[in-house]
Parts: sequence; structure tokens; C-alpha cells
Amino acid sequence: MTFVQNLTFFVLAAFVGYEIITKIPTNLHTPLMSGANAISGITLIGSVVVAGSGSTTLATGLGFLAVVMATVNVVGGYLVTNSMLDQFRSGDDRRRERGGGD
Amino acid sequence: MAILGGLPPSVLAFVYLVAGVLFIQGLRDMTHPRTAPRGNLISAGGMALAVGVTVLVTDILSPVLLFAGLLVGAAIGVWLAVTVETTEMPQLVGLFNGFGGGASALVAGAELIDMFGTGSFQTGVTATAALAGIIGSVTFWGSLVAAGKLHGVVNDSAVRYDGEQAVKALFLAVALLAGLHLVARPNLLGAVPLAGWVPSYWVLVAAASILGVLLVVPIGGADMPVVIALLNSYSGLAAATTGFVLDNSVLIIAGTLVGASGLILTVIMCESMNRSLANVFFGGLGEADGDDGEEMADIYEGNITTTSSEEVEMILDVADRVVIVPGYGMAVAQAQHAVAELAELLEGEGVDVEFGIHPVAGRMPGHMNVLLAEADVPYDKLRDLEEINPTFSQTDVVIVIGANDVVNPSANTADSGPIAGMPVLNVGEARTVIVNKRSLSPGFSGVPNPLFAQDNTNMLFGDGKETMQELVNLYKENH
Repeated sequence: MTFVQNLTFFVLAAFVGYEIITKIPTNLHTPLMSGANAISGITLIGSVVVAGSGSTTLATGLGFLAVVMATVNVVGGYLVTNSMLDQFRSGDDRRRERGGGD
Repeated sequence: MAILGGLPPSVLAFVYLVAGVLFIQGLRDMTHPRTAPRGNLISAGGMALAVGVTVLVTDILSPVLLFAGLLVGAAIGVWLAVTVETTEMPQLVGLFNGFGGGASALVAGAELIDMFGTGSFQTGVTATAALAGIIGSVTFWGSLVAAGKLHGVVNDSAVRYDGEQAVKALFLAVALLAGLHLVARPNLLGAVPLAGWVPSYWVLVAAASILGVLLVVPIGGADMPVVIALLNSYSGLAAATTGFVLDNSVLIIAGTLVGASGLILTVIMCESMNRSLANVFFGGLGEADGDDGEEMADIYEGNITTTSSEEVEMILDVADRVVIVPGYGMAVAQAQHAVAELAELLEGEGVDVEFGIHPVAGRMPGHMNVLLAEADVPYDKLRDLEEINPTFSQTDVVIVIGANDVVNPSANTADSGPIAGMPVLNVGEARTVIVNKRSLSPGFSGVPNPLFAQDNTNMLFGDGKETMQELVNLYKENH
């Protein structure tokens, strides 16, 4: 792929991101941040490529470290986001939950 | 060894496209609390797909090492996510952020070293690798310092010193020069020992690392929402630039989405403080003019009304509408459960209770919302600044707990000063204001708060959790 093709992805993704994220309510800003954070762990793909195919020991070692860090980011990020979102309830949800327990 | 090594590149590119679409759909679902958990799962599915196909397709020379890395990382991630307390969430988010950025910087370095082995550097690759190295290293070290400040292991006040900007500029210049060297003459040092390490890249990483530390150390705790949001954006940009290095579409798409998200949050946080990003990073907030102490004494002298839990309980008894305004002090005192219980008791007696949340209350974007959600307060009770402000004049009682600058009316009237022009919650318009604080000490801005001296304000001094618990107990006894 050429640099310009990559740049095309970059610019279009920036616009899509802007459109979606401005619609996210303040309530969800923390989960948004930690969820987005987990997405930034996509760099794990790069880590996998260099760790797996590194032709020198040094490159492989750096790749290994990168894999560990990126995996922490991905796994931890999605898990905390999930547990945070689980706690968000509307008034109706709460009444229903309490009502079910009676 | 590559299990699907024979797969044509177009199929791989297609799978990456699907993953990109899943990330976008995941974010779209984040626009409502009801659909957000599903969005998170969709996004995680996209990640699993992208990583899985990469593992299967790539010609992996050392599968054991790779899977060991994945296992170790996953174990650490699970352990951190499971053991975290809600109050520690800001530093954990900061820490995860740093790991993403650090990984990007390492990947770019490893790719350069591999290229040195093949003997051919392409300008496009060296340039983006230099960018990924700078952004990734700044993100990693900046996030570590931010997380350290939030966790209380690094001094969280604003550390300023003479020539600060010059020192930062110096390290940025070193990083940029090393980057230029990498782009212009990557093989120049070919004859020296360790040339295979691509030394100019590591000079760049070292300089950018120091820069990352220097950038965040001078920033005070209350400005952390901006810092965390900006570093979030950087970790995305680091991933996107790594995508340019590796020529990988899904890295670019996902990284850019995160970059946009972090940037928008950063802008929202800055606007909520009426400050520019440059001011947060380079301006000295809270530099006292010297007469602040005197001014404070003048404002507060003879004008402070203190109250007791018993009195507050009686005031609440006759209230029809109560608004609770939490601040970072509520998080510090871990008073959210007691506050939630009080709100529920009041509601049980037919009182209309809402929460007024300022965008920069707390230490990360949406901090108060997460704390209150943990304490089981329904999200439809939480109102943001624009929604709640017009309602204060019809409100009987406002309870301010652990907030200061975000309810300071002088922001509306002052022409200059750290908080002039900052949008604030106009709680003073309510009939009665109860302020729960430990003392009259100023907020992060260092500015005295005339609200405390207002006629309709009663100061309820004490620890947030204890005081709220006391109120809850009194209210229970009498109803």
C-alpha cells in the first residue's frame, strides 16, 4: 500500500471518529476512554508481527515486551470497561431489579 | 510456521476491514448506557478477530515466545482489572494507556532493527517510525507519571521551576534531531559497534521519554482529566503511526478512532475550565498573587454560617427538590455510597433528587458518573452543567460535597484569575446551599470562594463519608 492510501484511511477514520464520539453523553466518558484505550491496544497486531517474525534476537525480544504490554492494555482495558458499564443502570432498571427481589 | 500462511493478502485486508467496522460499531453503541455493554463486546470481538487472524497468518518463527507474551500480558491485565477499586480507576486507565503507547514505540524500534538487517530503509517508514517512537515514549512515561500522581506515589501538586519551558524544548529538539538523523542517514553509523540497534532511534526514545516525564510532572492533580484524555489520544495516534510503519490498515483506522476520541475529550475538558490546552500544559495555575490570604480573610470574615447534621436533616425534611453536587472530595472520602443512600432515602419520602455533575469534577472525564454508578445511583438522575443550571432557582436545597472551584460564583464575575470565565454550577441560586467540606481551604485554583460567605449558604464541616453517614442515620431515625 502506498503512503497516500494509508493517509486516506487516517483522514476518513478521523472524520468517522469525530462524528460518533461527539454524540457520546458525558455519563459515559470514562467507559468511552477506557474502551477507546483498549482499542488502542490494536498495536498488539504490530507487536505480534515483529515478535513472531523478528529476524534478530533483539527485535524478537523487543517484540515480546511489546506483546506483553499491548496485551495488558487490550485485556485489562476491555475488562474494566465491561465492569464499569455493568454498573450503569437507569431508574427503571433499578426498580425492576428491586421489584424482582421482593 | 504459519497456519494460514497461504492466505492471499486481500483476504487478510478484508478481515482487517471487518475488524475496523466492528470497532466503529462498538463506539456507536457507546452513545447510550443501555447499548454500551454490547458495544464493548463488539469492539472486543473486533480485537479478537484482528489479533487472531494476524497470529494465524504471520510467519511466526518463535510461537512459544509469542504465546508466552500473550499469556503473561493477559494474566497481568485480568489481575489488574479484577483487583481494581472504583476509586483507583483513573490511575488504572492512565496506566493501560501508557502500555499501549509503550508497545507502539517498541514495535517501531523492532521493525527498524529488522530493516537494518535487510539493509534497506525506506524514508516513509523511518519518518513514521520516528513519529511513533516520540509519541509512544511520551505517552508511556507521561502516563506513568500521571498514574503515579493519581495514586499518590508522585507529588501531585504543580511542580514548576525556572527555565522549565527551555528544558522541555531542549529534549524535544534532541528527539526531533535524532528523528531527522534517522530519516536522512539511517546507515550513517553502520561502522560503529551496536549499529544494528539503530542507535539514533533509541536516542530519540530516550529524549522523548524524558520529555514525557517533564511534561506531566508540572501539572497539578486537578488538571489530570485533561492530561489523561490527551494521553489517551496520543496512545491512539501512536498506534496509527505504527500502522503507517507496518503498512497496516486496521492499525491506522483503530488508532485514529482512539486519537479522535481522546482529542474530543481533551477539548471538552479544556472548554469546561475555560482554558486552552497550552495553558494547562505550560501555564502556571494556582500561582498565588500574595494577597490571596488577605482577600480570603476579607471575604470569609464574619460571613460564614456553620451548621450541624441535625439542622441539615431538618432543612431536608421540608424540601421538595434537592440537588447534590459532588466533587473530587467525595471520591477522596469515598462518600459515594453514603451519598447514594441519602438520595434514595429522600426519594422514598417523595423528594425530587438530582445530581449536578460538572465536566471536570474529579480526576478523569466522567469520574463522578462512574463513582455514582458504582453506588447504584441511576444514570438518569445525573444531570450535566447545561441541564442542571436552569433548575437551581427552583431548588430548595443544594448539597455540595467535596467540590469547590466548580461551584465558585466568582468565575462568572471575575475579569481575570485562574477560573475567570469557567462555566460553573450556579448553586447559589437555590434557596439553601449546604456545603460539606473539611475546612475553608481553597480549591485547586487557590481562589477563595464567595459562595461560602453567601447568606443562604451553610457550611457543614467534616469528613464527607462520616458526615453523610450521620445525615443518613438521622434521617432514618426521624422517618
